[in-house]
Amino acid sequence: MSEPLRIVIVDDHELFRAGVRSELDSLFDVVGEAATVERAIKLIRERGPDVVLLDVHMPGGGGLEVIRRIAELRRTASFLALSVSDDPADVIGLIRAGARGYVTKTISGSELADAIRRVHEGDAVFSPRLAGFVLDAFAGAPLPATIDPELDLLTAREREVLRYIARGYLYKEIALRLGISVKTVEAHVSAVLRKLQLSNRHELSRWAVERRLD
Amino acid sequence: MTPLRRDLDNRVVAGVCAGLGQRLGLDPVILRLSFVVAAAAGGFGVVLYGLAWLLVPADRAGASAPPGPPRRGSWQVAAGVGLLVLALLLLLRELGIWFSDPLVWPVVLAATGSTLIWHRSAAVRRQTTTRLRGLPRPADPITRGRVALGAALVVGAALLFLLANDAVSPARDVVLVLLAVVVALALILTPLWWRLARSLGEERSARIRTQERAELAAHLHDSVLQTLALVQRRADDPRAVAALARRQERELRAWLSGTSERTGREGVAAALEAVAGEVEEAHGTAIDVVAVGDTPLDEHGEAVVAAVREALVNAAKFAGNAPIALYAELEDGRIHAFVRDRGPGFDPAGVPADRRGLRESIVGRMERHGGRATVTTAPGSGTEVELVLDSPS
Repeated sequence: MSEPLRIVIVDDHELFRAGVRSELDSLFDVVGEAATVERAIKLIRERGPDVVLLDVHMPGGGGLEVIRRIAELRRTASFLALSVSDDPADVIGLIRAGARGYVTKTISGSELADAIRRVHEGDAVFSPRLAGFVLDAFAGAPLPATIDPELDLLTAREREVLRYIARGYLYKEIALRLGISVKTVEAHVSAVLRKLQLSNRHELSRWAVERRLD
Repeated sequence: MTPLRRDLDNRVVAGVCAGLGQRLGLDPVILRLSFVVAAAAGGFGVVLYGLAWLLVPADRAGASAPPGPPRRGSWQVAAGVGLLVLALLLLLRELGIWFSDPLVWPVVLAATGSTLIWHRSAAVRRQTTTRLRGLPRPADPITRGRVALGAALVVGAALLFLLANDAVSPARDVVLVLLAVVVALALILTPLWWRLARSLGEERSARIRTQERAELAAHLHDSVLQTLALVQRRADDPRAVAALARRQERELRAWLSGTSERTGREGVAAALEAVAGEVEEAHGTAIDVVAVGDTPLDEHGEAVVAAVREALVNAAKFAGNAPIALYAELEDGRIHAFVRDRGPGFDPAGVPADRRGLRESIVGRMERHGGRATVTTAPGSGTEVELVLDSPS
């Protein structure tokens, strides 16, 4: 990595932005901070960052509004949702809008840095709780009329990987336990992310709709 | 001896016969028939019934009376009364007491209409007396429509009567004047009424908002402000502050997601959350709980929860400050739980035999309930305790 990654932090709490910035400054190039939806959109358009850290709850629509309004930048920038609430129902809307992962605000600096790199490389970042939620959402049989096995079902291997994530394992530990490479683990998680974004499963669309009504 | 009351629960018209029948121990149908016969005999019955209606107070049957037949809707009652009147008049005509058509039909219509209105006001009276506390409620649109229809029927009957008896032409001027006055009054009063209704509605929602605010303030005061005060007083003890913050976070989160209201149906998931909260508080180590599904908490489930608790305590004691992950899959009595820490791990062979925690409280307990516990660990790679309990039934 010759050039450090360019990061934008979007959060309405100044203390939190300052904290994250001090943790990331030595590892990345933090090119800007924004506290509102409007400023965030302007900033992201101007600076063209590699990764955007996006707070879920902000006045004026929150991270979901930001990610929707700059949909055209989704190819160049990756979005990582940050949430103080670890209720994945809060985050599912952002993920379905295009965020590549979500971490809670209590995450340690080094783990956050890991997550940023992973998101930038096109992989997905799942917290244990999000993994548990996905297992829950994909647990029941979907309605047979609308079933698309490509999107509405998890493979046995994906299930296994998610279960390890929910148990608090890191990707490299999962790879070790399953006897596969870390790349393969990442591929499984990315596949799950894609299903999470595109599946029509009732549990997922319901959460997304409820978020939108806020 | 109970005083004579009109029984509104079992009434046909005004409950006179029903009340009387209850008092005398007679079938009200017999009394009703005799009233009809008496009415046919020169109208005597009608006068008597009217007097009774006026003089005998109405009463709900109350707890002492046996439950009457299910209450009929106002529409049915009104139609019934209309048909009864019609039958009565036709009977009289059959008997040779002549009523002309211009009298019969308006009377039937008027009877039906006024029944609609009367029935409604009785219902409203009942409502206002039972509604002791509560907010002003906008009138039920169905009720309003029913009253309007009743009034239209009565007015229509009157007009029909006048028209049929050719009494309209002299009365037309009067009617016109009346109509003009009514329209003028409506024009004046409608905006006033409208504003009143709206301000009532606004006041109501404002009151609801204030109540919600008060509830929120009370909750924040009890929990968050209290914790903040404690945090300030113990600022020199980072562990205590972290534990306080963590506990408050847990509580606030439960409150926000409404789980505190759902504690009525406590399953294994809730019990695991609670146990994790206790251990977290006692040892100051963060525990991430992820539960998939849920299953009712029986004695076997309680045993697993206790074993999980022991595993969490061990992890918190030996794993330092690294967070502990508790993951559980719960489905139809099957419980599969993992407790994982990122501590130094240990060599299972090197555990002294007198360390009862693991052997007794976890492995032994699980085996007594038909489950099993597996510990995966090695120096340097953390520890994971796996607890499995298959549905014992």
